Amino acid sequence: MKALKISRKTAKFAVARLMSPVSTIGAAKFGPLSLVNESAPTMPNAEGWHRIQPRLTGICGSDLSLVEGHASTYFDDWVSFPFVPGHEVVADCDDGRRVVLEPVLGHACRGLPLPFEGAAPGDGDDYAHLVGGHLEPGIQTGFCTSTGGGWATELIAHDSQLHEVPDNMSDEQAVLVEPAAGGIHAALATWPAVQAAIQRGETPIVAVLGAGSMGLCAIAGLRRYVPQVRIIVGARYPHQQAFARSLGADVVVPAAELARAVRRESGGHIVGDYLSGGCHATIDAVGSSDSIMDCLKFTRPRGRVVLLGMPAVVSLDLTGLWHRETALIGAYTYGTESMPDGTKRHTFDLAIETAADCQLNRLVSATYRLDDYQNALAHAAGAGRRGAVKIVFDLRASDARNKKETN
Amino acid sequence: MPRPGFVLEVDKSTPPILFWRGENFSLEKLPAGRSRVIYAPEPLPAIEDVDGAIRHALLNPIEQDPLPEQLFPGMKLTIAFDDVSLPLPKMQRPDIRQRVIEAVLDMAAEAGVDDVHIISALALHRRMTEAELRHAVGDRVYDAFAPRGTLYQHDAEDPENLSYLGTTPHGEDVEINKRAAESDLLVYVNINLVAMDGGWKSTATGLSSYKSLRHHHNPETMIHSRSFMDQHRSELHKSNWRMGKVLLDSGVKVFQIETTLNTDTFPSPFGFLAKREWEWKPSDRMTFLASTKALNRTPTRLARKIFHSIEAPHQMTSVQAGDVEAVHRITTEHVYKQQLVEVKGQTDILTLGIPYISPYNVHSILNPILVMCMGLGYYFNMYKGMPLVREGGVIIMTHPTQPDFHPVHHPSYIDFFEQVLADTTDPKVMSEKWEKQYAEDEWYKHLYRTTYAYHGVHPFYMWYWGSHALQHCSRIIIVGGDPKTVRRLGFIPASTMDDALEIASDVVGRAPTITHLHAPPLMVADVS
Repeated sequence: MKALKISRKTAKFAVARLMSPVSTIGAAKFGPLSLVNESAPTMPNAEGWHRIQPRLTGICGSDLSLVEGHASTYFDDWVSFPFVPGHEVVADCDDGRRVVLEPVLGHACRGLPLPFEGAAPGDGDDYAHLVGGHLEPGIQTGFCTSTGGGWATELIAHDSQLHEVPDNMSDEQAVLVEPAAGGIHAALATWPAVQAAIQRGETPIVAVLGAGSMGLCAIAGLRRYVPQVRIIVGARYPHQQAFARSLGADVVVPAAELARAVRRESGGHIVGDYLSGGCHATIDAVGSSDSIMDCLKFTRPRGRVVLLGMPAVVSLDLTGLWHRETALIGAYTYGTESMPDGTKRHTFDLAIETAADCQLNRLVSATYRLDDYQNALAHAAGAGRRGAVKIVFDLRASDARNKKETN
Repeated sequence: MPRPGFVLEVDKSTPPILFWRGENFSLEKLPAGRSRVIYAPEPLPAIEDVDGAIRHALLNPIEQDPLPEQLFPGMKLTIAFDDVSLPLPKMQRPDIRQRVIEAVLDMAAEAGVDDVHIISALALHRRMTEAELRHAVGDRVYDAFAPRGTLYQHDAEDPENLSYLGTTPHGEDVEINKRAAESDLLVYVNINLVAMDGGWKSTATGLSSYKSLRHHHNPETMIHSRSFMDQHRSELHKSNWRMGKVLLDSGVKVFQIETTLNTDTFPSPFGFLAKREWEWKPSDRMTFLASTKALNRTPTRLARKIFHSIEAPHQMTSVQAGDVEAVHRITTEHVYKQQLVEVKGQTDILTLGIPYISPYNVHSILNPILVMCMGLGYYFNMYKGMPLVREGGVIIMTHPTQPDFHPVHHPSYIDFFEQVLADTTDPKVMSEKWEKQYAEDEWYKHLYRTTYAYHGVHPFYMWYWGSHALQHCSRIIIVGGDPKTVRRLGFIPASTMDDALEIASDVVGRAPTITHLHAPPLMVADVS
C-alpha cells in the first residue's frame, strides 16, 4: 500500500513549522510527512469492518495544519502516531459499494455502547470513547494509526462510518460530502440565535467570514436548512465571492469590508472597533486570532459566534465577549442534528443531498496523484490566491488499484 | 497691473508643466504643437480699506434700505455665514467673514438689537470645530456668542428647528432653518470664491435640509447644469432661484452681503505654484525640487498636515450688500473679472492636476470620491460656453488616489466606496437604488449631528457633481493612482502621463489635442 504518513518526530514538526511560511513544499519535504510503501492496516477482530480503496481524497485545512506543524498540542493525546491523514474520502468498499466516509471514530466502531439509539459517530458528550475500545486513540480516520487514512491507496473503515453514494452522484460531488457536513453543522449551530431573532420579529442576519471550502459549505447549509436568514459573506478572493453568491449569499463583500457590510444590513452604530449591534450569528470559517476578534466585533450583543475554522493557539481580547455576552461555540464536526422544524436528521444525510443539489463538485479545483503530494499540498495551501477551492488526491489510477483490478 | 489669463500654445521650447498630485507635484512634458495650457489671471488689486468698504456696502446697499434702517430694538436678527468649505485654502486672519460680521454687529448694537443669533450655514457639510469657527468669525465674536449658545451651526436633521415654507412651481420642497426663517432680518455673509457660490444658494442650500436639497442635488440637475459657473445655463442655479422666490413669498427678509477674493492663493514659499513655468527663477526651481524631494520622503499624514496649515493671502476685491439677486449679479461680474480666461475651441483631452484640497476635505483627506468630484465636478465645470474637452473626449487627472478616508469626517464615504461603487458608478442608478438608505441611516445622522461628519448622503452628491463629465467623456484616466481604487471608481489607472496618452489613443487617436487647466489658482474658461 502506498501512503502519506505522519510520524511523531518533534524535530520534523519544528522544521515544518519554520519552513511553512516560506514554502509548503519545503514543509512537506522536510517535515513529518513521508511517502511510504507498507502493509495495509490490520482489520480489528470485530464485526462490521471493511477494506476501502479511496477514489478521491480531499486536502483539508486541518490536514495542512498538521503538515505545516501548526496543529495544537491539544491533539497529542487524542491521536495515535504514526497515522495517515485524509478524512474527506470517496472510496470503493470491499463489498462492492461506492461509499463516502464519515470519519469520526465513534462508539460503534470501537465496540462501545452507543450514547443513544441511532446515534451517529460524532454524537455523545463524553469523549472517552475516542481513546478507548479496540482502536488506538484517534478523533477520526486520518488521525488514528489503527485505521489508516485517505491519503493512501487503502484503509479500513467500519460500517457505522460508511454511506453509500447514489449512482447519479459523481466522485467529485461525493468527496465534498464530508466538508459539506461540517458546513451544515455550523449553519445549524446558528439556529438558537436565528430563532430568537425570528421570535422578536427581526430578519435574522448571519455573517460568514471566510469562503474557502468550509465557508462555502456553510453558506450552502444556511441557504438550504436555515432559509429565513439573510447571509452576508466576507470573502477575500473574487472566485470565492462568486461561489458565495451562487451558493445563496445575499451580500458578498471583500473580507476586510465585512464589518461595515454587517452594519449596513443590521443598522446601528460603529463604536470604536465594534458595532453597537450587528448580526445575530456569525460563522468564522477562518479560525485565526484576527478572524475571531473580527467576528466578536460585528456580532450583536447576546449573539452567537460559531467557530468553524480550526483555530489552534490564538490571542484574543475577550472583554467585548464578556461585555456583550456573546456565545462563542465550536463546530468541529457532525452527528445528529436538531433541525429548525424540530425533527432530527443525521448531518451526513443532509450533506449527501446538499453535495448533489448544490453541485459542490464545482468546488474541486485540481486533482493530483499521490506521488505529487508536495505540489498538491502547496496548491492547497495557496488555494485562495491561486483561484482554487478544494484540492484532492485522485487515486483512481493508482498503481496498487490497477494492479488489483488487473489481478 | 495684473496680467489677464493666458493660453499658452506648447512648442518645443516650452518647459515641463507643473501638475498637482495631491500632496505633491510633478512636471510633465506635454506634446508640442497640439497642447495648450490655460493660466489663471493674476490676482486683481485688493481693496485697501476693507473695513471702510464693508461699512460703505452696508450703508449703501443695492435695492434695499441701509442696514441700520432695518435694525430696531426687540427685533430678531440672524446672521448666517458660509462654512469651512470656503475659501480655499483658508485665508489668513482676519477672515473676511469676521470683518463683515463685526461690522453688522456694531450696527446692531448701535440700533439696540440684542436678540442676535449667528449660524454657520453648513447644509449637509460637517460641523466646524471651535478652532475653525474662531478662525472664521474671530475670537471676539466667538467668545461673545458661543458660550451663550447664540453662535451655533445649522442642523439639517433637527426637525424642531426647521421651517417648511412650501414648494416651488416645480414641486420642490423649501425647508430652511427655523430661526433664520422666523427672524425679522436674515443677514447672510458670503465669500464668493467661484461663480456658482452665493445668491439664493446661500440660504436655499446652506440653511436647508435633505428634503429641500434633494430637489437640485441630483443627477438630473447636475447633468443639465452647463456649467455650474454659468448661471444662465445652470439648472442648479435655477432651482435655487425658484426656492429663493418661495423664501421671499413666505416673508423671509434677507440682507445679502457678498464678497469676492482675488486669486492670491499661496503664500511666498509656495509662490512658484501660481507662476508660469517659463518665468520660474532659479530659486523657484530650487524650491520645486526641494519640495518634491522632501514630500517624496514625507509620510502622507505629515504632508497633509503641512498643506492644510497653509493660509492663503487672499485679498478682498469687492463687497456688496442688499437684495439677493441684485447683489449677486454684481458679485458674479467681479468673479468673472478675476477668473475668466478666453479660450478658443475644445480639445480631445483635458488634463487636470488634482491638488490636496477641495471644499469638502479641509483639515482632512481628499478621498477617492472627492478626487472624482474635484476633477469631474469642479475642474471640468470651470467653463462658460462649452466644456474644454469635446464630447467623447478624455480627461486625464494626476493624483495618488489612495483608498484613504477620514473616519470621522467621511464615515458614509467609506460605505459608499465599498458598497455603492462596487455595485454601480452610474449616478442615476445609485440615486434610485442607494441614496435613500444613506440619507436616512440613523448612524450617519447621529454622526452628522453630534460629531464632525458629513451627512450620510453627501458622497452621493459628490458623485452627482461629476455627472455631466461622466456622460460627456468616453474615458477618465488617473495617472499615479492606486490601480484597484481607480478601477473601483470606474476609471482607468495609468502609471505615467505617457501611458495615459497611450491609453487615451484608443478613443482620440495618436495625435490628440490637449488642454491643461493650470489650477489652482481658480479660473473659468470662456470657451467659444
